[in-house]
Amino acid sequence: MATTSRDLARPPTRNALRRALDSDIFYSFRRSPVVVAAAIVTLICFIGAVCAPWLAPHNPFDLKTLNLIDAFTPPAWMDEGTRKFLLGTDDQGRDVLSTIMYGARISLAVGFFSVLFAMTLGVSLGLISGYVGGALDAFIMRVADVQLSFPAILIALLIDGLARTTLPRDVHDRVIVYVLILAIGITGWVQYARTVRGSTLVEKNKEYVQAARVIGRHPVAIMARHVLPNVMGPVLVIATINLAIAILTEATLSFLGVGVPPTQPSLGTLIRVGNDFLFSGEWWITIFPGAALVVMVLAVNLLGDWLRDALNPKLR
Amino acid sequence: MIAFIVRRLLQSVVVMLVVGFVAFSLFAYVGDPITIMLGQDFTELDAARIRRDLGLDQPFFVQFAHFVVNAVQGHFGISYRLARPVDQLIAERLPATLELSFVAASLALALGLPMGVYTGLHRDSWLSRVMLTLSLVGVSLPTFLIGILLILFFSVILGWLPSFGRGTTVHLGWWTTGFLTTSGLKALILPSITLGLFQMTLIMRLVRAEMLEVLRTDYVKFARARGLPNRAVHFGHALKNTLVPVITITGLQLGALIAFAIITETVFQWPGMGLLFIQSVSFADVPVMAAYLCLVAFFFVVINLIVDLLYYAVDPRLRIDRAVSGGHTV
Amino acid sequence: MTSPRANRPLLEVDGLRVEFPTRRGTLVAVDGVSFHIDPGEVLGVVGESGAGKSLTGAAIIGLIEPPGRIAGGRVTLDGRRIDDLPYEEMRRIRGRQIGAVFQDPLTSLNPLYTIGRQLVETICTHLDVTPQQARARAITLLQEVGITAAERRIDHYPHQFSGGMRQRVVIALALCANPRLIIADEPTTALDVSIQAQIIALLKKLCREHGAAVMLVTHDMGVIAETADRVAVMYAGRIAEIGPVRDVIKRPKHPYTIGLMGSIPTIGRNVERLTQIDGAMPRLDAIPPGCAFNPRCPKAFDRCRGERPEAMAIEHGQVACWLYANGRMGER
Repeated sequence: MATTSRDLARPPTRNALRRALDSDIFYSFRRSPVVVAAAIVTLICFIGAVCAPWLAPHNPFDLKTLNLIDAFTPPAWMDEGTRKFLLGTDDQGRDVLSTIMYGARISLAVGFFSVLFAMTLGVSLGLISGYVGGALDAFIMRVADVQLSFPAILIALLIDGLARTTLPRDVHDRVIVYVLILAIGITGWVQYARTVRGSTLVEKNKEYVQAARVIGRHPVAIMARHVLPNVMGPVLVIATINLAIAILTEATLSFLGVGVPPTQPSLGTLIRVGNDFLFSGEWWITIFPGAALVVMVLAVNLLGDWLRDALNPKLR
Repeated sequence: MIAFIVRRLLQSVVVMLVVGFVAFSLFAYVGDPITIMLGQDFTELDAARIRRDLGLDQPFFVQFAHFVVNAVQGHFGISYRLARPVDQLIAERLPATLELSFVAASLALALGLPMGVYTGLHRDSWLSRVMLTLSLVGVSLPTFLIGILLILFFSVILGWLPSFGRGTTVHLGWWTTGFLTTSGLKALILPSITLGLFQMTLIMRLVRAEMLEVLRTDYVKFARARGLPNRAVHFGHALKNTLVPVITITGLQLGALIAFAIITETVFQWPGMGLLFIQSVSFADVPVMAAYLCLVAFFFVVINLIVDLLYYAVDPRLRIDRAVSGGHTV
Repeated sequence: MTSPRANRPLLEVDGLRVEFPTRRGTLVAVDGVSFHIDPGEVLGVVGESGAGKSLTGAAIIGLIEPPGRIAGGRVTLDGRRIDDLPYEEMRRIRGRQIGAVFQDPLTSLNPLYTIGRQLVETICTHLDVTPQQARARAITLLQEVGITAAERRIDHYPHQFSGGMRQRVVIALALCANPRLIIADEPTTALDVSIQAQIIALLKKLCREHGAAVMLVTHDMGVIAETADRVAVMYAGRIAEIGPVRDVIKRPKHPYTIGLMGSIPTIGRNVERLTQIDGAMPRLDAIPPGCAFNPRCPKAFDRCRGERPEAMAIEHGQVACWLYANGRMGER
């Protein structure tokens, strides 16, 4: 970093940005090329997915532009490929690259909002459980124990199956994304709740919290001000790793045919649909969405892994 | 010791009752069995008779009690989809799932544990780095994609191994096994790798994290200061202390295998309970769903019980530190 | 004191330097430390936390945690250089020649094994005995450290013992193979005050009986005064002063030691107020040039700020302070 004499004269702690850039976390970030690459890939995936309607070369869901003659075109670099469809087309003549971008949009949205849901639920329950204690605490933690002994995928399947059988089909197809967010979100709250509860129990008995209580601060305000900042690190780590898990869970549900319908496919749906053509040699319909999914999840996992190590200096 | 077991058993019963209640609620809220069984043409009289025969005119909790009594005896009614007793269906499918899960679990443990120990002890060696990177890739690969890729390479391109089914099976009483024929064993390879890979990476990462944690403790440093050989320090002192959390989490993971088998069985068209379940979900075949749910819960409860007993055997402090080791993030 | 062998020190540390590489440069945690311990002698090492006293002990038994490393100097045990030994050879010395007692008895013992198993495995590692003999020896050791009903207690787990009892077990473990030197790192800090004196007395008595020398690392000057023959005062990774306990306590030379002694209350002596040393020990990444103590030293002069003082012989000890250069006796 180039510093001028004026910079040196000013105490470095004044500048929040400089402090952030100088921190240990940023240092460990810069030092690891793998993590920097993962961050860049994640960013590209996010931009590509969020801006799919503007960036994608085709709109795969605009039936007017689809032509069955284009179906099963291989990727551009193969003999029968064309520059028009960089990664080839599927059985309906949809551009694979564009369906991936639109699919990633749905996968990411489900992943992101389910993590947000799980985080809100888990952090709130953890705070309440730790602060109130007693029977309520015992109840919440028992529920957490029981839920934890069931695989998330099974719970999500059950909630999804329930929605499928109780809602009329057309309603179901419209709300399926929300059902998935709910189903995946509910499976993820336990970790947040346990972490926050543990932290709350520790902070609760510290003198400054007692003092805040004595001067009549509202318990919620105390917790929000004093406990939340302390657990932000671990919660962020859990959230990052859970984002990867949530994306995978959504893909798995969609692959099993109980997730997003083929009319608005996510990456998992694309892989499932393409799987039918794997044996007949049209591998690109499955492999490219699969690769996109793996790259995205791997990048997020790498970030989560690094974040955990960076926030936990013991492990270095 | 006895009191401990009794308490754990009681807890298990409560968990089973809760799951049973959820399963039973499926009956109450999902679809009307009368319509499903009688089809479109029936009289009110027929309906009332069947309702009485099935006990559906009785209060909710009486019905639930009946359900529990039947479930304990293994009776879950008739499948809406296949029109056969559910217990028969499950019994036919159970061996396939259990054999697959068993092989996958053995694979995950036999490879994950040593790899975790190695990466924990030699944290900076290149082999450790390779294993850790691969494990991260393994965690990022969804199970179904692993299956698809394995099929693509070993079945479609190389043609070495079958891409679906169990191969030839042998009947041993009511149990069917694929262990005794070549085709049965060959058919097991790809599905068990698919199912076990994810658990293996989890076990490896867990063992590594626990090893690193334990190697920093005072008693390991003190063991070194006493001049004990590395073998005794690493395997006698360090590894044994990692076992407590490893057993807990591994137990849960092995239980999860049975549920994760749903995905593997779908990819490989493996004739197990998972495939049966996923087909039942699509058809809203409630009796099969309920039975599957109760059975999986039962496996979990049994595994948890075994885990607790193992825990008891390993740690002389009994359950004193239980609360502390509870909140692990893998 | 007749054989020439007895005149040789048991342990000689010469110019020991321990470094920790960090992203902001290398920290020198132990810097040019030299001292010796005679057979059967108790050397106290005293200093604030972070002064490098525990690290010195760890360096001697060859158990510095990476990324820390011995970057210079030599450690000689009984005439044999040991700081550059391969791991396996050093391992045979640990426990056999040099025993160790750690600070916290609650965490020093493996919770999953009986204390008997931990004793027997240590004995069998170093001595050529059968398991039965090892067990008999373990029971004797437990009796020696004052554990009643040792035959029964040997099969108990660590959590069944109190903190003081566990530290007795730890001492028994350190004495398993009759080592010539015991490095005791803050052996009483984690214990209840009422038990501290017992443990120190026990440690001293047993070491005398077994003929073991002791390097007693502590920040408690009272423990040193009671137990040690000589004392080394450490400051910021260096030895400020070393000498016979009586001399150092009664007539401290180094201004840091003088400050240290002034801050200890003495029963039976009326003092207006206890003195204190202004400021705090420097962080390892900000050790001032010259004498490390100079910014806090009431008697510092120019030379202290520019030139680092080496250990200078004075009376029966040594002091690293420019006040005593050229035979001056600390006037100014």
